[in-house]
Amino acid sequence: MISLTINGLPVAVEEGSTVLEAARFLGFPIPTLCHMEGLSPYGACRLCVVEIGEGPKARLVSSCTFPAQEGLVVRTASERVLRARRMVIELLLASCPQSKTIQDLAAKHGVHRQRFRQEHEDCILCGRCVRMCEEQMMAKAIGFRGRGDRRSIGTPFDEKSEVCRLCGGCMYVCPVCELRCTYSEPDKVVCGGCANLSPPCIEKDKFHDMMCFLDPCVACEIEKD
Amino acid sequence: MALRELKMAESIAPVADTMEPQSIERLIEENAQAPAALIAILQAIQREHGYLSAAALREVSRATGRPLVDVYGVATFYRAFSLHPRGKHVVSACLGTACHVRGAHAVVGEIERQLGIRAGGTTEDREFSLETVNCLGACALGPVVVIDGHYVSKVGKEKVRPLLDDARRGRVGGRNDGEATSLSLVAHCSHCRASLMDPDHPFDGLPSIRLAMKGPGATGWWRISSRYGSNKRETNSTAPRGTVLSVYCTHCGEDLSDGWKCPACRAPLVSLGVGELARLRVCPRLGCDGHMLDVAS
Ligand code: FES
Ligand code: FES
Repeated sequence: MISLTINGLPVAVEEGSTVLEAARFLGFPIPTLCHMEGLSPYGACRLCVVEIGEGPKARLVSSCTFPAQEGLVVRTASERVLRARRMVIELLLASCPQSKTIQDLAAKHGVHRQRFRQEHEDCILCGRCVRMCEEQMMAKAIGFRGRGDRRSIGTPFDEKSEVCRLCGGCMYVCPVCELRCTYSEPDKVVCGGCANLSPPCIEKDKFHDMMCFLDPCVACEIEKD
Repeated sequence: MALRELKMAESIAPVADTMEPQSIERLIEENAQAPAALIAILQAIQREHGYLSAAALREVSRATGRPLVDVYGVATFYRAFSLHPRGKHVVSACLGTACHVRGAHAVVGEIERQLGIRAGGTTEDREFSLETVNCLGACALGPVVVIDGHYVSKVGKEKVRPLLDDARRGRVGGRNDGEATSLSLVAHCSHCRASLMDPDHPFDGLPSIRLAMKGPGATGWWRISSRYGSNKRETNSTAPRGTVLSVYCTHCGEDLSDGWKCPACRAPLVSLGVGELARLRVCPRLGCDGHMLDVAS
């Protein structure tokens, strides 16, 4: 057992747990986005920031990747943490405003405005789907491509992958739009969920004005430029 | 041609994939010793074929057992890899901070206009590819443009056309119109300070550096290129590769080695003065291209 202090409370957790697991186990809520039980921690979204250490040495770390250590002092909701978290949410809103998950987060954390250039991405590059595909589905059909502002997730060459079994796992775990619908381009499809269930939108030939059955996905409603 | 009519990179007509599978296999085999050799393999293919075709990436994935997404991810991550065939001549214009403030944008715009492509694109005749880079580490010489591996310094808009024309004729760096159009070195003897440049025997379009040498059984001359980065060397010595020549100043006859050892083969380097501060050290071993340029402290 490792003893540490979370929000002033001396606690003991099992060796090998992360700060996030420790806090959650003890009932301190920490919002997460890229973290998912059963997938390896990735630390991409930074939503789970907590403050560790004391005084001038205190610093922000992502709790989902930070291992619980003996004597660690953690604050999960200090002013600094909340400020950082709000900023993260604001940035997420700037890139994926249509995501129900992010909208809910914003509402919950009192983020009422968004001061950055508005984009309409359908991906925050959290990599959940990539890890799902690799770690749970053993497929490795999708992955990160490119770099910097060109970084994206998808299949090699944007073609239908030979190793993809159309399981839809990637869609299922996506925290942003719950569906990055690719069915408008059948040759690039990764999920095919809609094809099986034949939602009304695939009957139409224009997709950008449709609401998908995987409510609240409105990925298809926003015409990509 | 109006800028908006410029052809974008995507407009390149797809070419037939001309890479032969055996050659890809060989390149993989040659580089596959380490499990982390993926980058080396891709580099080798890129070097030999100029780009990475879809078939090549699939073959790499198959032969190394790495998932195709990983191979593709690495191939798209690094700028050094290109998934499209590049032109015969690759023009890389620096848009780093130092070059930027010296007007590199205008230069890039001019190159784009002249070639009718955008940065990242390749001309339809596959003669030129244009790419932009962020700092080439030669900031003091900015704006810097690299054409086919030759660094061209202080490029202004007006230099673009002659440069491209030169490249088309395959002689970039060959111009010597009194301006520093490429990184050329003017060497002198560090003992008697006499110039060692020999304009009568140009190498790479620049005066060569002429030195006296003594090898086994012969004395004579040893000539090296004054273009930094070119390893062109010639001598009248018939000694086999690997022989280390002793090199002297043609004027005062002093031995030019100064105690430094070749970083590649440990032979004593020949040291030449360049300008007031710098020193060019070259390896006198036949077949070795070890060299270093020191800006004296
Ligand atoms: S949940 Fe920890 S960084 Fe995303
Ligand atoms: S900024 Fe162009 S070489 Fe450094």
